[in-house]
Amino acid sequence: MKDFINAYSWINIHYLLQGLWITVVVSLASIAGSYVIGSVLGIIRYVNIKVISPLVGLVIDIIRNLPLLLIIFFTYFGLPNLGFRPSSVWATILAMVVFESTMIAEIVRSGIIAVDPGQMEGARANGLTYVQALRKIILPQAMKKMIPALVSQFISLIKDTSLATIIVLPDLMHNAQIVYGQNSTYILPMFLMLAIMYFIVCYALSLVSRSLEKRMG
Amino acid sequence: MIAIFHNYGGLLLQGFGQTLLCSVIALFFSLIIGSMFAIFETTPIKFLRVIARIYIEVFRNIPLLVITMFFFVVIPMFVAKISGFAAGTIGLTIYTSAFIAETVRAGIQSVDPGQMEGARANGLSFWQAMRYIVLPQAFRYVIPPLGNQFINLVKNSSVLAFVAGFDLMYQGNVIASDSLSTMSTYVCIGILYLIITLPLSYWMRYLEKKLA
Repeated sequence: MKDFINAYSWINIHYLLQGLWITVVVSLASIAGSYVIGSVLGIIRYVNIKVISPLVGLVIDIIRNLPLLLIIFFTYFGLPNLGFRPSSVWATILAMVVFESTMIAEIVRSGIIAVDPGQMEGARANGLTYVQALRKIILPQAMKKMIPALVSQFISLIKDTSLATIIVLPDLMHNAQIVYGQNSTYILPMFLMLAIMYFIVCYALSLVSRSLEKRMG
Repeated sequence: MIAIFHNYGGLLLQGFGQTLLCSVIALFFSLIIGSMFAIFETTPIKFLRVIARIYIEVFRNIPLLVITMFFFVVIPMFVAKISGFAAGTIGLTIYTSAFIAETVRAGIQSVDPGQMEGARANGLSFWQAMRYIVLPQAFRYVIPPLGNQFINLVKNSSVLAFVAGFDLMYQGNVIASDSLSTMSTYVCIGILYLIITLPLSYWMRYLEKKLA
């Protein structure tokens, strides 16, 4: 019990919260980037442009099937070979955006496919162009279907930022390791706090998704 | 790249084997644990449902790395000394089982409830009906999503690199720092991961289309 009280001193908690802040900022930047790029890639893959769409599809499939950790190593240790040396924050965001946008592209594509094809036909029959129909009729409906999958992808993105401790990103996991590295009696309290902090962030997000689903459904 | 395969073939092969071994062990146990919690969630007994809900929500919302490091750092302090490979595999099993539980539960609930009622009306107990009537039908629906979970599992097994699990990712770092050609080493490692995950992913997509 005394260990816990000592471990949760304000200095330690403050340090963990600094880490949590980095985790949240990196996650938000990655979510924003991968949402935009992923949607574009997903639409490209859906609309079937000659040569481009199959090529995009192949690249998506390759990146999706690699471990994120490998991509993080690649951006942090591999890119300097090409003369580009990102900081650990930028390397993480870059790796996250590359990896997650392929996951989101897949979600967007299957969301669009799930919309009744009659919707597109009806829109076209009413005089809308293909792009107009896609933008005004299909995508808003697909959006509704995509929300649960998108949010669970974002949750796993937040959890996966912890992998970037390996390239010394000062995130929550990294800061907790520093704290328990000083004093072995802090190990158990730190793991408990780590679990609680990650859980609160991720669970809150999943609750938001559930209420969104209810409101839109 | 060819030089990497040529000079470090043994290490790469060992890493590949460890990754595959760890994934298969974790898959086996997480299937058992996951199905167990999925059944708990669909029982009429409230206590079991609550237990299952808590297990699934907790382990789905905590990073795999935290769970793995817990087994690598905390368990040796209080319980028994375990290797990095064991810690990683246990962490993976627990993390994946929460996702598999969700998948299997969705499968069980997609089976027409009339099947359960009919089985019960014919005199089978809840467990018998589950075992012989509902689960076999549910598993047909859940094969594609389970396959995707296995792909995730193979990719996630790269956390073994954090705990000296001698998997593909770990050997990759060893080779990268030894050969100093990081770029081509990571490309080689990527190719080896793709050998496992890419065919599986296309196979699952084919199955999804066939079942739909």
